[in-house]
Amino acid sequence: MPDAQISDKSPAAAPVPEKPPIPQAAAPKSGGEKPETESNMYPVGIAGVDIHQSRRDVPEGEPPPLAINDQLKSIGKPTPRVDGRAKVTGAAKYTADVKLPGMLYARMLTSPHPHAKIKSIDTSAAEKAPGVKAIHLLDHTFGMAQEKGEEGNKYPLVRFAGQPFAAVAADTQQHADNAARMINVDYEILPFVTDIEKAKQNDAPLVFAGQAEQKGTAGGGGGPAGLSQSGNVRGPAKGGNKQDGGIDDAFKDADVVVETEYHTSVQTHCALETHGFVADWKPDLLTVWASTQGTGSVRDELAAVFNLPKSKVRVITEYMGGGFGAKFGASNPGVLATHLSKKAGAPVRLMCDRKEEHLGTGNRPSSNQKYKIGAKKDGKLVAIQCTNYGTAGVGTGAGATAVAQNIYPCPAIYTEDYDVFTHAGPAAAFRAPGHPQAAFGFEQSIDELAEKLGIDPLALREVIDQSEARSVERKIGAEKIGWSNRKPAGSDAGPVKRGIGMAQAIWYRSSNRDSHCEVRITQDGSVELLSGVQDIGSGIRTVLAQVVAEELGLKPSDITIKIGDTSYPNGPGSGGSVTTNSITPVARDAAWKVKQEMLKQIAPKLGARADDLTLADGKVASKSDPSKGMSFKAAAAKLDTEQIAARAQRVQDYPVTEDQQQQQPQLAEGGGQRRRGRRGAGSGGLGGVQFVQVAVDTDTGVIKVEKVVAVHDCGRPMNPLTLTSQINGGIIQGLSYALFENRILDRNTGLMVNPNLEQYKIAGAKEMPEIEPIVIEQYWGRSSTDAAGIGEPATVPTAAAIGNAVYNAIGVRVRQTPMTPAAVLAALAQKDSSNGRSA
Amino acid sequence: MSNRTDRGGLSRRGFLKGAGVAAATTALLDRSVEALAQENKESRSVVGPGAVAITLKVNGQHKDFQIEPSATLAEVLRVHADMTGTKIVCDRGSCSACTVWIDGKTVCSCMTLAMDARGREIKTIEGLAQGEHLHPVQEQFIEHDAMQCGFCTPGMIMSCANLLERNKQPTLDDVKQACSGNLCRCGTYPRVFEATLAAAKQMKGGNGNA
Repeated sequence: MPDAQISDKSPAAAPVPEKPPIPQAAAPKSGGEKPETESNMYPVGIAGVDIHQSRRDVPEGEPPPLAINDQLKSIGKPTPRVDGRAKVTGAAKYTADVKLPGMLYARMLTSPHPHAKIKSIDTSAAEKAPGVKAIHLLDHTFGMAQEKGEEGNKYPLVRFAGQPFAAVAADTQQHADNAARMINVDYEILPFVTDIEKAKQNDAPLVFAGQAEQKGTAGGGGGPAGLSQSGNVRGPAKGGNKQDGGIDDAFKDADVVVETEYHTSVQTHCALETHGFVADWKPDLLTVWASTQGTGSVRDELAAVFNLPKSKVRVITEYMGGGFGAKFGASNPGVLATHLSKKAGAPVRLMCDRKEEHLGTGNRPSSNQKYKIGAKKDGKLVAIQCTNYGTAGVGTGAGATAVAQNIYPCPAIYTEDYDVFTHAGPAAAFRAPGHPQAAFGFEQSIDELAEKLGIDPLALREVIDQSEARSVERKIGAEKIGWSNRKPAGSDAGPVKRGIGMAQAIWYRSSNRDSHCEVRITQDGSVELLSGVQDIGSGIRTVLAQVVAEELGLKPSDITIKIGDTSYPNGPGSGGSVTTNSITPVARDAAWKVKQEMLKQIAPKLGARADDLTLADGKVASKSDPSKGMSFKAAAAKLDTEQIAARAQRVQDYPVTEDQQQQQPQLAEGGGQRRRGRRGAGSGGLGGVQFVQVAVDTDTGVIKVEKVVAVHDCGRPMNPLTLTSQINGGIIQGLSYALFENRILDRNTGLMVNPNLEQYKIAGAKEMPEIEPIVIEQYWGRSSTDAAGIGEPATVPTAAAIGNAVYNAIGVRVRQTPMTPAAVLAALAQKDSSNGRSA
Repeated sequence: MSNRTDRGGLSRRGFLKGAGVAAATTALLDRSVEALAQENKESRSVVGPGAVAITLKVNGQHKDFQIEPSATLAEVLRVHADMTGTKIVCDRGSCSACTVWIDGKTVCSCMTLAMDARGREIKTIEGLAQGEHLHPVQEQFIEHDAMQCGFCTPGMIMSCANLLERNKQPTLDDVKQACSGNLCRCGTYPRVFEATLAAAKQMKGGNGNA
């Protein structure tokens, strides 16, 4: 399948399908059709495997079908970032870098206790401290579950160490830091619980005395509403097709049953730029620079908290230093910065420090997953049951059953997720919420099932997996990693043992209809795109330039991309891997519309018909008479007005018929492939398969990941260069999660013992394996670009694949993350003792 | 640690913050001992609290500042010199985002008092390119997409460019060693390695400007 892929090793080698299709607009169907749609033929399928034409009825005014990447000039070509120069010279301005005239610096005050009642707060000394301009106390803590009936208290109840409730603004950071320490708080210290098993017990201190709920963000996270709550245990949130009973009976049909258990640690996001805001309150406009994944989400929350019309709040995110799901809304630092600016009458900068970032701005919840999986002798699944307990601290959303629910069809699936409240910082959406932990448990369990069945893990997945994309991906990856040379588990001689493993991803192709942009052409020949969407590092700025360049026959560097500002048309929040899917069709639609207008105005001046003109290679040219033409710049100069512009908004995914869905299940909306959409425009499944080679030193317990082959799909690949960077990143975060990361709370003090970046270990240069990211090119005919996201699927299977590789190396399962040397040695010792040998 | 009076008035903020931090201890002690010797030689008089006047040579230019003696070089660069390319991420010497060169060697500017950088040659990310002409490492970082969010990028480039000052023909392991202290949460390391090796090749070919 070598021609089905785009590899970063040979980015120029575009795939060549056997029969290059040339999409053509078909004549609208006559009679009985709704007048507002037109019917076109779209390429559908996987390049290098099969691409055929499929009919779609699309809204009128949509651009014509886009050819496959092979036939395009900008889209699908490896394109260096348009903002690369700004980033390598230090010129790129992040929120942390914003400095306004008269700007004040703020510091939050956070609780040193995990559970306490604030009896009084004395700010008198802090008010007199040098340089202090404003102090604000919160009556309510954002970003955590809220207990019903608790509103209206003077001070919030402290429920985790690190909970913010006040902030000081002063002329320098040092003055603000000093003054924050001078605020005198009288705490009534209360009993606490940070250990999940203790928290489940009846006599455990209660985190919430009454019913508590937490809403998710645009990035996901948060638990379902209205679940029952008993003590600190909330749930279950039920999933699967046997929620009303019958799962036990289903196992009677199984020839083989495996029962497994996996545990994952709490991971913190560790974005290098902390959560932070610069708020500038003016009577007629609140302007806020925010390190956020959703400019609109910050605007919306501040407008609600301060009772402002959304039009009076402007949020700017020119560059942001990583979010990974945790940066939505204003939350405590954004609200505090705004209060302080309002009080002080000056702009206020509030950046969390590293400790605050670890403690209070989000994390990936823990999980304790128990599986029971039944199958026939040939591998066909008959029943899947999963019960998971996790803690999202003072938040909700510790679900880890989505992979079991959604990845493989099965006649009987029943899952239960329980949130266990503990006195610990709240979880937040974290790159594929719930999925890396779920894959770690479920995809290793599938390997355990394969072993019990005596079937190769890859062969078993051929039986149980209906995804066409993953089937192609397995073949590519297996060849690259040398799967056929894979040895029996634990069969290497000597202390260092090598192993190969694999695991699969599921993610959801979804988009946000609240995605808008405007494309402008000006008489000087300049072209710009404006949208509120923000570039969180994935490279959407560059992809938007490619899309507009493609449509206008220009180079990406010719296009000025102005994004990350709510003054521009609404952009989607960047969570759920929706950005590319949401905004690239909009960019193409707007560019196409403004092109039509330009050609209409230019045609008479060229003595040609508008529909006979094309834009390509920086020129306007007549298709029928090549002598008629001029440069894009010369044509722009002949526009009737100084500027022309077009707006577009994300349309619903192009509908597919039931027949088409049956032929290609991944076209289906919803189905087995769930996505809690927020103003969603449609969804379907994404795949991804990763293969890993490890070396495990059985004397020291050290796992070294040597090689990763990652084969992914995300519809039409837009920019293979930035796309494969994101895949690398997903793998590296997954590796880090699998081997190193663990938020450790001292159960005796309730404090985090490693709130920094040396004892909270994340993967560094020395731990890097050789990584080969490969992207297949898949078309669904569902939007004008047919693109989808990659950020999340790329991190879903990594820890699971490492787990399976470790098992293949040493013949024993390490059933937890992080798979530390101690955990490896303990697992080996247990195996030895169960074999009757001394450890 | 006593402070101020007996040690030239310098609040050892960086030392206090970092003391006991295993990962950073070695480099820290080196710098502190060096700095102490320098201070003892220069003056035993009390400086601060309150702003003091200092001059730093940054990217070849002398700049005057009024700073608290406890200010780190990273703070002074970012807040006083408005040179925000140098990033502060951990503020305790464990991530290298604040890497600058002092007298040709990489240091964490968050662990270096600005006072200690007096009389030294400081080079920051803003001074790496020569005018419009990017350093080969910068060029190759763009070409190989050795960045995602970009927040670690300046520190990463300062570490990798410094390697090429010392080692014209680095191996992959040399590059990993050179940026082993630079944390990147987006996971861009493989591209950083590729870019730096490509830059070495480019400089060897005589196309570089460094």
